[in-house]
Amino acid sequence: PALGESFSFLHSSFISSFWGGGRNSLTVLEGMGFRVGQGLAERLPRGALAFREELDTIKFLCRDLWGAVFRKQTDNLRTNHQGTYVLQDNNFPLLTQMAWGQQYLEETPKFLAFTCGLLRGTLSALGIESSVTASVASLPACKFQVVIQKA
Amino acid sequence: MSRPGNKRPEYHKIDWHLPAISSSASAHSMNRDLFVLTYGALVAQLCKDYEKDEDVNNYLDKMGYGIGIRLIEDFLARSYVKKCHSYSEITDLIAQVAFKMYLGITPSVTRNESSRNEFSLILDKNPLVEFVEELPAGRSSLCYCNLLCGVIRGALEMVHLTADVTFLQDRLKGDKVTEIGITFLKKLEEKKYRRKK
Repeated sequence: PALGESFSFLHSSFISSFWGGGRNSLTVLEGMGFRVGQGLAERLPRGALAFREELDTIKFLCRDLWGAVFRKQTDNLRTNHQGTYVLQDNNFPLLTQMAWGQQYLEETPKFLAFTCGLLRGTLSALGIESSVTASVASLPACKFQVVIQKA
Repeated sequence: MSRPGNKRPEYHKIDWHLPAISSSASAHSMNRDLFVLTYGALVAQLCKDYEKDEDVNNYLDKMGYGIGIRLIEDFLARSYVKKCHSYSEITDLIAQVAFKMYLGITPSVTRNESSRNEFSLILDKNPLVEFVEELPAGRSSLCYCNLLCGVIRGALEMVHLTADVTFLQDRLKGDKVTEIGITFLKKLEEKKYRRKK
């Protein structure tokens, strides 16, 4: 069954529906993603989450979470080994629905807000507080920057 | 593999090959949970935005409609469907192919014997309500899955069929089963449709 497609249709209906833009709608979308991310992590078998270090948790996002949600893995991961991670996806599925080309760059935040929340929520349920932002240089490639909040 | 040189002193690029994705079973359940949780978050957000159940229901239907008119194309691209010659065949297609494809379930189909255009889909399992035991307090008229009605309606409209689609029974409201009623209305004349263009 194409449940991945179902999620994709649902997600893009958020964007084109009444949450069309503006600061508040991005917060709403990010908040929804956060709750979903928490729920996802809470439902994973405990054994799957025995990460020895922070980097392993991030790799879990790049590999397992991305694989389950987007049917692929991230294309690149960078870190400064001081709590900042940049996850790069050169062909982000939720962006490929948009028209290619620079003119739509200003629309991209609403396509990425839910996923930012998803990452933040998953990490939160795994005991890691963070802030997650996303940026697009050129469609459909994007980067998610995860900054771990130190206690 | 760290880069020598000072172009970006604060970042080490990790050049690594990820091992194969972990077992497909867990990936599948995460994928399914994602969908179910996302739907739940949608309903929760709408309940925040709208006080009246009726408004939430209408919005779910409207969003579903917007999905349905695009989903039909995806559906037709993915499945080889022979041309349907009756409402009965269409309803079977919705239940056995479309529902299976997008929700992983196969509702059973019943028809109203006294009329040739009224059908019901009986949902035994429903992934959308997997994590929902009962309706939220004060939300007794909420049609939790109303999105589905809009999806069906929108999809049918794109193949020139108009129908009323509503929940006739809902387990979340205390009914024994969950039943979606589809009433096919007058078929849009193909010729008329073309002339409008």
